[in-house]
Amino acid sequence: MISKRLLVLGAAAALALTACGGSSGSTPQAGSGPSGSGNEAAGHFTPPKLSALTKLGTPEGQLNIVAWAGYAEDGSTDPKVDWVTPFEKQTGCQVNVKTAPTSDDMVNLMKTGQYDVVSASGDASLRLIAAGTVEPVNTDLVPNYADVFSGLKLKPWNSVNGVAYGIPHGRGANLLMYNTDVVKPAPTSWSVVFDKNSPYHGKMTAYDSPIYIADAALYLMKTQPDLGIKNPYALDDKQFAAAIALLKEQNANIGEYWSDYTKEVQAFKNGDSVVGTTWQIIANLAQAEKAKVNSILPSEGATGWSDTWMVAAKSPHKTCAYLWMNHIISPKVNAEVAEWFGEAPANSKSCALTVDKNFCATFHADDESYFDQVWYWNTPIAQCLDGRTNVTCKDYGDWTTAWQEIKG
Amino acid sequence: MRRLSGVLHRHTWLRLALLLVLPLLVLVVVYLGALAVLLLSALWSTDVFTGNIVHTATLDNLREVVTNATYRAVTFRTIGVAAAVTVICAVLAFPMAFYMAKVASPRARKVLVVAVLTPLWASYLVKAYAWRSMLAGDGVVNWALGPLGLRGPGFGLTATIVVLSYLWLPFMILPVYAGLERLPDSLLEASGDLGAKAGRTFRSVIAPLAFPAVVAGAIFTFSLSLGDYITVQIVGGKNQLLGNLIQGDAGAANNLPLAAALAAVPIVVMVVFLLAVRRTGALDNL
Repeated sequence: MISKRLLVLGAAAALALTACGGSSGSTPQAGSGPSGSGNEAAGHFTPPKLSALTKLGTPEGQLNIVAWAGYAEDGSTDPKVDWVTPFEKQTGCQVNVKTAPTSDDMVNLMKTGQYDVVSASGDASLRLIAAGTVEPVNTDLVPNYADVFSGLKLKPWNSVNGVAYGIPHGRGANLLMYNTDVVKPAPTSWSVVFDKNSPYHGKMTAYDSPIYIADAALYLMKTQPDLGIKNPYALDDKQFAAAIALLKEQNANIGEYWSDYTKEVQAFKNGDSVVGTTWQIIANLAQAEKAKVNSILPSEGATGWSDTWMVAAKSPHKTCAYLWMNHIISPKVNAEVAEWFGEAPANSKSCALTVDKNFCATFHADDESYFDQVWYWNTPIAQCLDGRTNVTCKDYGDWTTAWQEIKG
Repeated sequence: MRRLSGVLHRHTWLRLALLLVLPLLVLVVVYLGALAVLLLSALWSTDVFTGNIVHTATLDNLREVVTNATYRAVTFRTIGVAAAVTVICAVLAFPMAFYMAKVASPRARKVLVVAVLTPLWASYLVKAYAWRSMLAGDGVVNWALGPLGLRGPGFGLTATIVVLSYLWLPFMILPVYAGLERLPDSLLEASGDLGAKAGRTFRSVIAPLAFPAVVAGAIFTFSLSLGDYITVQIVGGKNQLLGNLIQGDAGAANNLPLAAALAAVPIVVMVVFLLAVRRTGALDNL
């Protein structure tokens, strides 16, 4: 006969166990994604005084990476997709990869001090620089930097006052994905997700992050010129309120939000979501799982990202970190990553090495006029990013609060 | 050594102090201390751009938590979900526990206890994701209900309540089972001898005596549901509960002070709940 007291104790212990299991498996959440529009200066601030490495030492034997899913593949997703193992063999740096679903998670992970390099998007990079989490990068120690498209060098999201803080990785746009069986006619505009009378009620999805407010602002910028939105990351009170109102209308039609990309793949595969914002890699994975989906860049243009590899200021593995940055933007590897993830490579020599010879043309790798239409993720701050000085803009804290309010 | 044991033998208080110092240290410093720091940090604020914490005391966060309409709505939604889960668990657990305690043979009883505990061996996440694929558009729930012309609830609050009830059911069954087992059979027989039918025996004898056990189980299911934020992410569709707000503030917004202020809400709810529960005597049953 089992004693009752023991039973209750057992229940309490099991409860503690489950609770632990739950929290360790938690999916991190909403952040801001890549950022920074190509064309504007970020806020003016003085970063903490840190200096770049002057010369490489002996590889330290270990490297801890924070990256977007699909950026540092080691063959575990697809045995043919592996650029980590060759790097490990070549340098002796044992690589640990931590993928993060949003920029906010990246910022938080880097703040723990346990990681050496990060593939930061424009909305994370400036925050990391301002907080002194990352240090300047000596581009002379990264030979492949010479071949990076000049349109990506020393930009507001990867440098401060002409000092480089990272190595450009690649860039792309947030796309519109839809189920080709259900969504007819095929959409060409973001209106399909912002029309409140949408026939896809309850089957719509959106990125679960405050930065998604910029997607609504971009749509308003094109459809309601009266609001005078010049940059989706620089919204004054009235413009911000309009974007929030639009997203609240959209919320009625949303089935679920996603930040974990596997969740979106599954939702499209099972038919729980039929239309919504996506990344090219998610569309690729969904198609690989036989989901009937297509992804497009809508007529209004899109938000997007321009990512930068950055080195943690307190990293004990800086030589490995520099070797990694040089490896990941080397022509061949950068071509592989770009094709796998579905983005434009940063290395100009990569275009000759892609499997699909039209890849760079499709993704507009060297087409600066195309990327002028893409609004890279950026961190909204009180000083308007579009240069207005007569109004105060909503900062990222306001965006976060509003995002919770939108979700209700 | 002999002298030491002699000293310890003479001074009972010393023996007790040595025995308790470590557990008390853990309880006060690690457990309550961490909680105090958490609540204290609710008074700080965050530099929005760098994400660094500004150590200046302000009541803004607490005021925000109390006055913000979104936070209020989410708080009530969370309490509603936790209450629904608790009621469902109690309704499902009672007959099950009664059968185990009073009807089943001793051998079957052991098997049933193991059966109730078995789901706890599987990871929480595995079970939640299993429910996600069962409740999906082309999942097994819709497939099974299809011939009847019905559809499953899909992802949403209903699905969240169903999954949480499933997850926490063992935590209700076990205390209720323990409570019912303690109930002497002779009382039931006496009730029958005095002419009470089954319903009357249940109302007048079983229910009052088993109530504290149900409340003990309710403490588990209620507090677990109140803090859960993962199930709702997996099967809750677009809904958010208090845990998601805290996670959003701690993770996405990197605003730990506001997250700490929000974390005070479930603490307050639980304290109120426990104070109410104390009056029923259920805490003696733990």
